Amino acid sequence: MLDVRGHPNRLGLWGWLGGGRWGTDRYLYTLHRLTGLGLLGYFVLHIIVTSSRAFGQQAWEQAMARVSGPLFLIGEYLVFIAFAFHAINGIRLVLIELGIGVGKPIEPVYPYRTSLDVQRPLAVGAVLLAAVLAVVGGLDFFVWH
Amino acid sequence: MRDQSLWTWHVIAGVVILVFLGLHMGVMHLDALLGLFNPEGGHPIDWGNVLARMKSGFFTVTYVVLLGAALFHGLYGLRNIVYELGPGAGLRSAVNAVLWIAGLALFAIGSWAAWAASRLATTL
Amino acid sequence: MPPALPGARPDFIQDIAMTNGNSEHVTYRVKHFDPDRDQAPRWQEYRIASSAGMTVLEGLWQLKETQAPGLAWRASCRMGVCGSCGMWINGKARLACNTQIAELESSFVTVAPLPNFDIVRDLVPDLTPMFDAHTVVLPFLIRSDRAEQESPTVEYHQSREELERYLQFSYCIKCGCCMAACPTFATDALYSGPMPLTQAQRYNSDSRDDGFGQRKTVLAGTAGPWRCHYAGECSRVCPKGVDPAKAIQLMKRELVLDFLRLRRHSRPTDLVEKPEGIKRRPDIPEAPARTV
Ligand code: SF4
Ligand code: SF4
Ligand code: FES
Repeated sequence: MLDVRGHPNRLGLWGWLGGGRWGTDRYLYTLHRLTGLGLLGYFVLHIIVTSSRAFGQQAWEQAMARVSGPLFLIGEYLVFIAFAFHAINGIRLVLIELGIGVGKPIEPVYPYRTSLDVQRPLAVGAVLLAAVLAVVGGLDFFVWH
Repeated sequence: MRDQSLWTWHVIAGVVILVFLGLHMGVMHLDALLGLFNPEGGHPIDWGNVLARMKSGFFTVTYVVLLGAALFHGLYGLRNIVYELGPGAGLRSAVNAVLWIAGLALFAIGSWAAWAASRLATTL
Repeated sequence: MPPALPGARPDFIQDIAMTNGNSEHVTYRVKHFDPDRDQAPRWQEYRIASSAGMTVLEGLWQLKETQAPGLAWRASCRMGVCGSCGMWINGKARLACNTQIAELESSFVTVAPLPNFDIVRDLVPDLTPMFDAHTVVLPFLIRSDRAEQESPTVEYHQSREELERYLQFSYCIKCGCCMAACPTFATDALYSGPMPLTQAQRYNSDSRDDGFGQRKTVLAGTAGPWRCHYAGECSRVCPKGVDPAKAIQLMKRELVLDFLRLRRHSRPTDLVEKPEGIKRRPDIPEAPARTV
């Protein structure tokens, strides 16, 4: 083996977000991670807060009162948006990561058409559908109540 | 072999969540549109509606299924993120252990609540 | 349109020259690192004349001849075949020989070594981890007929369709651009990375191969495709259209089916039957003797 004194050059965490000129799918990947983390955090609190129903009406209503108000409403709406994106984008990812919708191996002829282009309609559709869900959810959160 | 099986379960759990959390979100946040499972009317978190769902065997069972699937899916996702930050071998097993313990504890709390709530609802 | 004068440049070349400004000069921003002198990499700027059709690699040669004699990089074929000249050019991993200055549409050409690998010197990355990971996934045909593999008597059978199942992945030139672009490899040194995984899939999907089980010992673990989340950068930057992201997702499908016991195990293809009663035409010389 060569004895090289290399200088470390990993992009590190910055590489998940920035540090270069990236494509759309990388930002979807980052968003999927962030929404996932947000949902997990909410979910843990949610399990604990809603367990109060086991102690009857009074405990339930006290717990609900503690998490009400405009700030919590906005927070919950953010969770709803995160859910909409994570769910719809998740459907896309399950399909793709099982090799559905990425196309078959082809002979690479310039200009290359990669699996990214093949699945592009799925990505666009997922983002649009998530946006529609977010809007409908927003109406339910803020207008219809 | 671990990741091959864990990831497959991650995907299966994702599909389970999609069905049941989709229903849960529909009940909770698209109620004005769909009006599902809210017999008392009003807000879906009003006690009357909550009680009605607590009585239902379907909700009790699916809450526990959803709880397990979502905990596994979420904690495996978190494990992925942590693993991909390049922790050392010791930290890896520590993270694994912490996530297993936290997951099982939360599962125990959640399923106890679902069980106790359904018992409470039937006695009321 | 008036007929072009002899010697006049066609319109599209003029367009390309325009994008560099009238001066047809560009500024090269080059990352330097000398392990004997520098604690950390440093940037240096150079101004050079550029001409239509000039590649980033040609610019580097010009730089070395006129201004920076000590500048080090790797290149060989200067035609996108050898995979030596992968660099980080204007925020994207590309081959210096395969990238024209004009296509960058900027008067700045920023050149750095491929990230996610240690810097040996200037623009030279240490690709050893990539080749180590490549070795580990056994990138060759694995079969039980060892004797036939060592001294072949006839060919293995393979249909056109079977060939197309892996042909795209075999175009890889091991340049490492995909590894530099992958967000997972940016943080996780234990991840095999897009190139080695694509090569594993290349052999796994070869009808002559029987090595799925052996490669699985690596692929089913934490170095395997599970660290890929389809950020797609590898496929976006690959200069050969290999589409590593596609290979990796197809690999995940196989491994999931395998876990669910749903994967069809197909036997590796047999030898082509030796044609009988065929004689060599007298005008075709006999094959030379084997040397190995
Ligand atoms: S897959 Fe493409 S980018 Fe990656 S090493 Fe091979 S040729 Fe280079
Ligand atoms: S698709 Fe997978 S392997 Fe390719 S860059 Fe993205 S995470 Fe890395
Ligand atoms: S010099 Fe061979 S690929 Fe660029």
